[in-house]
Amino acid sequence: MYSVNYHRAASVADAAKLAKGEAKLVSGGMTLIPAMKTRLAAPSDLVDISRIDALKGIKVSGKTVTIGAATTHYEVATSDKLAKACPALSHLAAMIGDPAVRHRGTIGGSIANNDPAADYPSAMLALGATIVTNKRQIAADKFFKGLFETALKDGEIVTAVTFSAPAKAAYEKFRNPASRYAIVGVFVAKGADGARVAVTGAGDDGVFRSRELEAALAKQFDAAALASAKVPAKALMSDMHASADYRAHLIVVMARRAVAAANA
Amino acid sequence: MSEVSLTVNGRRVSASVEDRTLLVHFLREHIGLTGTHVGCDTSQCGACVVHVDGKAMKSCSMLAAQASGSDVVTIEGLTDGGDLHPVQAAFKEHHGLQCGFCTPGMIMTTVDMIARHPEGLDEATVRAELEGNICRCTGYHNIVKAVLAASKTMSKVSKGKTKKAA
Amino acid sequence: MGIEGVGARVSRKEDKRFITGSGRYVDDMVVPGMKHAMFVRSPHAHAQIKKIEVKAAQAMPGVIGVLTGKELKADGIGNLICGWMIHSKDGSPMKMGAWSPLAVDKVRYVGDAVVIVVADTKAQARDAAEAVEITYKELRAVTDASKAMDKGAPQIHPEAENNLIFDWDIGNADETAAAFKKAAHVVKMDVINNRLVPNAMEPRAALGHYDKAEDHYTCWTTSQNPHVARLVMSAFYNVAPENKLRVIAPDVGGGFGSKIYIYPEELVCLWASKKTGVPVKWVADRTESFLTDAHGRDHHTHAEMAFDKDHKILGFKVETKANLGAYMSLFSSATPTYLYATLLSGQYDIPAIHANVKAIYTNTAPVDAYRGAGRPEAAYLVERMMEVSARQFGVSPAELRRKNFIKAFPHQTPVIMCYDAGDFATSLDTAMKAADYAGFEKRREKAKKDGKLRGMGFSCYIEACGIAPSAAVGSLGAGVGLWESAEVRVNAVGTIEVLTGSHSHGQGHETTFAQLVAERLSVPLDSISIVHGDTDKVQMGMGTYGSRSGAVGMSAIVKALDKVEAKAKKIAAHLMEADEADIVIENGALKVAGTDKNVPWFQMALAAYTAHNLPGGMEPGLKETAFYDPANFTFPAGCYICEVEIDPDTGQTDIVQFVAADDFGNIINPMIVEGQVHGGVTQGIGQAILEGANYDASGQLLTASYMDYTMPRAGDVPSYKLSTSNTPSPSNPLGIKGCGEAGAIGAPPAVINAITDAIGTENLTMPATPQKVWAAIRSAKH
Repeated sequence: MYSVNYHRAASVADAAKLAKGEAKLVSGGMTLIPAMKTRLAAPSDLVDISRIDALKGIKVSGKTVTIGAATTHYEVATSDKLAKACPALSHLAAMIGDPAVRHRGTIGGSIANNDPAADYPSAMLALGATIVTNKRQIAADKFFKGLFETALKDGEIVTAVTFSAPAKAAYEKFRNPASRYAIVGVFVAKGADGARVAVTGAGDDGVFRSRELEAALAKQFDAAALASAKVPAKALMSDMHASADYRAHLIVVMARRAVAAANA
Repeated sequence: MSEVSLTVNGRRVSASVEDRTLLVHFLREHIGLTGTHVGCDTSQCGACVVHVDGKAMKSCSMLAAQASGSDVVTIEGLTDGGDLHPVQAAFKEHHGLQCGFCTPGMIMTTVDMIARHPEGLDEATVRAELEGNICRCTGYHNIVKAVLAASKTMSKVSKGKTKKAA
Repeated sequence: MGIEGVGARVSRKEDKRFITGSGRYVDDMVVPGMKHAMFVRSPHAHAQIKKIEVKAAQAMPGVIGVLTGKELKADGIGNLICGWMIHSKDGSPMKMGAWSPLAVDKVRYVGDAVVIVVADTKAQARDAAEAVEITYKELRAVTDASKAMDKGAPQIHPEAENNLIFDWDIGNADETAAAFKKAAHVVKMDVINNRLVPNAMEPRAALGHYDKAEDHYTCWTTSQNPHVARLVMSAFYNVAPENKLRVIAPDVGGGFGSKIYIYPEELVCLWASKKTGVPVKWVADRTESFLTDAHGRDHHTHAEMAFDKDHKILGFKVETKANLGAYMSLFSSATPTYLYATLLSGQYDIPAIHANVKAIYTNTAPVDAYRGAGRPEAAYLVERMMEVSARQFGVSPAELRRKNFIKAFPHQTPVIMCYDAGDFATSLDTAMKAADYAGFEKRREKAKKDGKLRGMGFSCYIEACGIAPSAAVGSLGAGVGLWESAEVRVNAVGTIEVLTGSHSHGQGHETTFAQLVAERLSVPLDSISIVHGDTDKVQMGMGTYGSRSGAVGMSAIVKALDKVEAKAKKIAAHLMEADEADIVIENGALKVAGTDKNVPWFQMALAAYTAHNLPGGMEPGLKETAFYDPANFTFPAGCYICEVEIDPDTGQTDIVQFVAADDFGNIINPMIVEGQVHGGVTQGIGQAILEGANYDASGQLLTASYMDYTMPRAGDVPSYKLSTSNTPSPSNPLGIKGCGEAGAIGAPPAVINAITDAIGTENLTMPATPQKVWAAIRSAKH
């Protein structure tokens, strides 16, 4: 790791002030710290927002779910309130990394980093979530911009995510055997505006919604509706663990399983 | 430089360290607790697992400065110098270790796992929960046995305590 | 057997320190004034070094020294060597290219060490390493051994034309050709044995300390054989004469072969300590381990087996290309020759065998022995061949094997080995029963209903362990003898220290060796300490690898114990005025058989040291030494059955059952033996479905961290069903065969035979990842 200056922010406003230039925000640091260790990331300063109480916690009021950015995967996975409102998201959180990673990693960190193999971005897209920052609210559809790219501007900090609990939802993931990140992760949701299917781990340009699968499910939210569905391999990643063709195939398989699980 | 101040195994320790110092290096090099190991660079092997504020975490993936103010327990602090912790005893009894390098992390992960599963554990759950700990020697067979045995022992102990308290 | 003696499931004496965090590994060692090293390594697979500029690095904060290969050469430090001479079939010696510990003119693989930087902290050393400027002229690289001999392939070492190190033969070509002429069936196959990275959880490390006042060196290193390290560093690398070099291998976190070899880093740290005047510590990070630890396997093989009309094997023809990487590691030449081709007879009566092995340089990490070393390659080839042949003939794989089993011992194979004991049919029967072979078709049907493909695969492996005797291995080219040493010291109060040349890095010697002594001398386990891993304490030893520590290391202890027992009996007989032939050792005392006269063990020991009343002419004290050189190899063997269930939608393989029925000869501690099998089988499953080192065409290692190299995790493997049915080895006094490598040898073919059975095509290479299995299923359908 290169030299770095560490700051612990007392508040969001404090963090915004410190997060200038080559500084980076750190919450759980489950991606950033390893990247710094291998010297792939070299921020001048680290602004730690993990201990800001205002960024923590899960609220459910009526159908509206709000999760603070510094809420850990473990807290999301084990929240009773969330297990009732949107068990698919609890299930997703319980599948991230390993127990030690879940104790530290946060939902805000995951979506702000927008790793193409991260799990949460697919949920945000499929749930039609809104990303709340210290400056504005951004629809998930407009938030994820490509590999490690988001709509966040300098000094802008994710403070929470919020969404309306879907009628049905589920997440299925096929892991890279080595890294255990998603080779393909598919989040399906049936909400007020119909069926939404978001795919992580597979897209050349990061997380995306599968219009083909959404169209197939629009008529009937049932695994059978995907029996002959196909997803084009063209815009998918290809690496030694999974070719684009294999990923295209797995997207349909995982989608089918997710729909079956959502209906179960 | 950061002034890092935390409680390690019940003792207050503080030191001025480079901000880039990882918690694992703080523990190993600044306060001489070498039971916590480093086995990889990518937060996957789990040899470095310690408890921070009561939860298992990978000490290779956080800065000492991030842990400042926290309560840290390492393998050296699982017991107060007395008998073995039931998890340590189970690893010994069931031959859940060979070269010993991954063992501290395995044990710290197991203690945390058992605490999160008061309802008890089955083999599939144990294997899934060990996702973040790699062992090259044992093939996991005896580790799984040890974890299940320790979980049983500890639930008996805690039930006994509850009874007494009642 | 007592509760602590031979055959007992004693929990391990060494565990306490490991479970409490008190183990002492090299990275835990601190020497006053110690500084930290970082190696600057080649980013290129093949390049000329045009210029090395170190000034900027030297000026960085905390930097103490930046040293190059030129300085190392100027100080007379020698090149690294391969210690086993192999001659090609034309009689010419193998073509070993020069391996400088720090590259001088040329780098030959990504990770080749070029410069060492020593600084106050590891982070500073790393900062400064980035400031070393090396100008390279890149050369074309070749990583695939099957292409490295092609016309126009880049030439890696001037010594080895066409990158061919040797072209070696074993067996009888004419007899084999004649056998094929008589054949009713010939089965042909091409097999790739994938390249693996050993991945001991403790990364390699070294701490070199030169004491100027004493002109003496100490090296703490992650070694499986510290004495061999001292010998090689003294005799070949000119670091220091043996009396001025102490090598200590303290607690070592796994080895699996990768810590046998003497690598550049330990000797460069020793040399750098003298150059800089400070103790120098280097600890590999995981990516360095991936890049520079000796890798394992990497064979391309074409094989043909001839059968008569009744499916009896007539002959076996094998051609193998073995990738040895960019340099010849310490025992790299022995692995694809005498540890591989000598096992090509498997468990079968094969009248004629001929094998040719070409060892080839490539621009990849050096390849050497990794758990099993040559024998997994042989077992995979033979056991795939048996399974595929059975499928082609439409007969049961178990019965084809049974028909061809060797049934009488000793049995001389056509490839050097003389199997001295075994009972292959019993292992097969035991495994089939444990696996509920009879119920398999029902299970397959049920899986089919659930949309899953279920398959079963066999593997009847044999291996050769405890490589010996020394004169024989010497005649085959070994540069060392393969005996072992032991010293048994009985203290004046009767407690015992056993000094052994074996090295324990997970195997539990501190317990099993003590069990042997407790059994023989009738003393409590707690009164026995095992000392190993330090050249100042133990005079000489050959270390631990090749499943040799039981068969060879413990046999040396037996020999020393024989002498201790004889002297102890003489003393006791003298004290009790009895005939020494009547003395027996029981319950902590030396007794006159059939009487109640006895001398407690500790009293006899005290008498040996007070020396007030010893038999006439007897020297005081009680300490005996022995060197043991075995009469033959040992031949562990067994039958493994693997059952898999495959999700055809994803290609995911689930190992639903794994049965091992082994013959290890006599067993000292069944708990520890089972642990060895669990670990070995898991590495074998890893090779079959998870692990593979993958270089791209330019020589970059794509699998250089756990993000891309799949280590077996708890969720990837099942709990195992183990059993043993043992025929004692006649070649050592304990009847031990060895158990450390069996799992890694026997498991891969069982797994691949099961998967190919499930998916109905043989067209599959290891590791059989979900992607590959899915693709194989699809191609079989079309």
